[in-house]
Amino acid sequence: MASRLVRHHLFWPLCVLAALLLFNLLYSPDFFSIVVRNGNLYGSLIDILNFGAPLMMVSIGMTLVIATGGIDLSVGSIVAISGAMACLTISKSSDQSSLPLVFGAVLASIALSLVLGLWNGALVAAARIQPIIATLILMVAGRGIAQLITSGQIITVSSDLYEYIGAGSLASLPFSIFLVAAVLIAASLLTRKTALGLFIESVGSNARASRLAGLRSNTVILSVYVFCGLCAGIAGLILSSNVSSADGNNAGLWYELDAILAVVIGGTSLSGGRFYLMGTVIGALIIQTLTTTIYMIGVPPEITLVVKAFVVLAVCLIQSESFRKSIAFRWAKRKYPAEQEAARHVS
Amino acid sequence: MTVPSPILQMTGITKAFPGVKALSNVDFRLFPGEVHALMGENGAGKSTLIKVLTGVYSIDEGKVTMEDKTISVSGPLEAQKVGISTVYQEVNLCPNLTVAENIFIGREPCKLGRIQWRRMNAEAEELLKERLNLSIDVAHPLQSYSVAIQQLVAIARALSISAKVLILDEPTSSLDQNEVKQMFAIMRKLKSEGLAILFVTHFLDQVYEMSDRLTVLRNGELEGEYLAAELPRFELVLKMIGKELKLLEELPKLSTEFKEEAGNKMITASGLGRKGAIAPFDLAIRKGEVVGLAGLLGSGRTELARLLFGADRPDEGTLTVETTGQTVKSPRHAIDQRIAFCSENRKTEGIIDDLTVRENIILALQATKGWFRPIPRKKQDEIAERYIRMLNIHPGNSEHLIKNLSGGNQQKVLLARWLLTEPELLILDEPTRGIDVGAKAEIQKLVLSLAKQGMAVLFISSEMEEVIRVSDRVAVLRDRRKVKELGGGQLTQQHIMEAMAGG
Repeated sequence: MASRLVRHHLFWPLCVLAALLLFNLLYSPDFFSIVVRNGNLYGSLIDILNFGAPLMMVSIGMTLVIATGGIDLSVGSIVAISGAMACLTISKSSDQSSLPLVFGAVLASIALSLVLGLWNGALVAAARIQPIIATLILMVAGRGIAQLITSGQIITVSSDLYEYIGAGSLASLPFSIFLVAAVLIAASLLTRKTALGLFIESVGSNARASRLAGLRSNTVILSVYVFCGLCAGIAGLILSSNVSSADGNNAGLWYELDAILAVVIGGTSLSGGRFYLMGTVIGALIIQTLTTTIYMIGVPPEITLVVKAFVVLAVCLIQSESFRKSIAFRWAKRKYPAEQEAARHVS
Repeated sequence: MTVPSPILQMTGITKAFPGVKALSNVDFRLFPGEVHALMGENGAGKSTLIKVLTGVYSIDEGKVTMEDKTISVSGPLEAQKVGISTVYQEVNLCPNLTVAENIFIGREPCKLGRIQWRRMNAEAEELLKERLNLSIDVAHPLQSYSVAIQQLVAIARALSISAKVLILDEPTSSLDQNEVKQMFAIMRKLKSEGLAILFVTHFLDQVYEMSDRLTVLRNGELEGEYLAAELPRFELVLKMIGKELKLLEELPKLSTEFKEEAGNKMITASGLGRKGAIAPFDLAIRKGEVVGLAGLLGSGRTELARLLFGADRPDEGTLTVETTGQTVKSPRHAIDQRIAFCSENRKTEGIIDDLTVRENIILALQATKGWFRPIPRKKQDEIAERYIRMLNIHPGNSEHLIKNLSGGNQQKVLLARWLLTEPELLILDEPTRGIDVGAKAEIQKLVLSLAKQGMAVLFISSEMEEVIRVSDRVAVLRDRRKVKELGGGQLTQQHIMEAMAGG
């Protein structure tokens, strides 16, 4: 029973998350406290969920791409493009809070993200370019597109309606959490209640054998990149809405790397095959908690990234089964202090 | 022959995996200057014993001594250091590096940190010539040579690490007859030089041709060690498969009676060909008929099958599935027209490593249904259970990952995958390669019973007896060309051999 628990794919990610939260609790005892203000919940845990929403969103899409044996480096750029597109549409209008306008802006952004995802998917599936190269194109070019949309400026909007996406509350909780939950549930149902998950894992594990088994692997690959683009697009909306502005340069910067890390922490292998959506979400929460922790304990800004790197290294080592085994092996083989003592007297 | 003390001795070796005891209290010894065959059915523990010996797996209990010193090998590199080298069934080399690089990889002769290419090539050339009687250009990439040569290069690599014990795991399974002869000549030469060779193969002929001594394993236990000269073939088979003697006795009965009236045509190829793969050929397969493909390795057997399945595109000729009146454009298109193709490359083109037995079985059927109409989980379990029982797949747990099954059982899972799609034409490319005697007979019987139910079968095998045993008709290939079709009374080894050899 205990060993089954340990071997569950969520065991180590959850342990790491718990350890991080525990550390925070020890460091600031009111870390877990949640207060009600104006009918909404406030607190560090809520913040982590709220600020972590875009990353979770991007990571869910990334999981499916990685499961097919691919990778999508362009998600950060799509985040920026999507936010820029929405903000541009809204900022041009005089009545920025009108429902049709915001609805149209969101729709335009999402359509654009889908097209960008389709572009990535077409390069990988039809043109057969290696995923890392194919998506690198949009990673670089996408920043340019985002700046083109914003004319190199930071576009600010003042629309209560648009702000609701990333900063609004529903049933006392941030609205963005519901968006993440909806996408997570949709992705889970789509992959586990249909045969899509099986197809994705099959193509990721052995593409040649999958083709001979009659799978249309191109369709599978195309659709995961489109889905990943969609996720990045929604993340872009959340992110820009949260700050009511679009920054083509910095929005979603390095998101692709955090997302890949979240997927790997969640237990999905970079070589493709089995994937774990829930693991990914926990992975993203670990990264967000880590960021929050670093800010909270007041690590000097100039060494933040170094600290983050070390913690990430530790997390990855704990996750690695072979590393755990070798540690356990050394531990089992260590000489007991008393024995060493005795040995010294004998010799 | 026997030298008093063995160079390698393993005693009381036990190795357990979660849920399976792969080896229990097995003894094994190896003398210098002998070829020692390790025999056993699939799952008997042959692979595990080799992996234990080469340090891929750790040992739970027991000890290994080499030249009277106890050794504990904790990795392939360490095994090489103590003088144990292995050449695996699938060649473990880098195809894109040169022959010389492959031989010296990791141990390149260096001077001031620079690799001395000229010296390395010269040494490689000398090594191949001196010890293996092989003169090839060692500066060419490995992939430009045939599998046989690649295997010899792998042996050369093993020898260059001054091996005292050489393990050959199914070295002949992908070689044709001439290449096997060449391989055996080299093995004899190495043996006379005092090397101890551990030889694993499924070919009984080769066992008796080459080995001095046999060790038989069954179900992870030692059945016994014998001198090859003192153990008749029949008894060896008995020892390998234990009580399932009945299965073997039924073998001769398998030979089919000639069918007077064949059913309707299932598929017709006329002038179908692909450059560099197979010259244009005509072939028709009827319902309820088993057509065999015979030919040496590289004669175009697999290439022909791939064209019929749509895995490769033909440059000329036409292919018609008579039941639908259409041609075949892709594997998917073939499957939709009830054609199934079990590839000879189980690992790369067959099994999906990361998936369970159940998922591997339902994959092709699910693919035809599309992603939106999933097979209900309960139905999947039923299907998996049914085929596990029907094909005697072991271990019988449908949730095991397929990569943990033995080769023969993986093959059965693949067979299950295709049978589930209820094909009208089943193409089997080397369905019994690397499979033990018992499983072989089971598969052959299955093929015949399927044909009886009206399925058309294209049966490809490099074992001529097997092809003759199951086929109504045999198409013979030579040098990527279909040269003859034999049926009825002409279907004898003699005729096939003549056609294969040509002249």
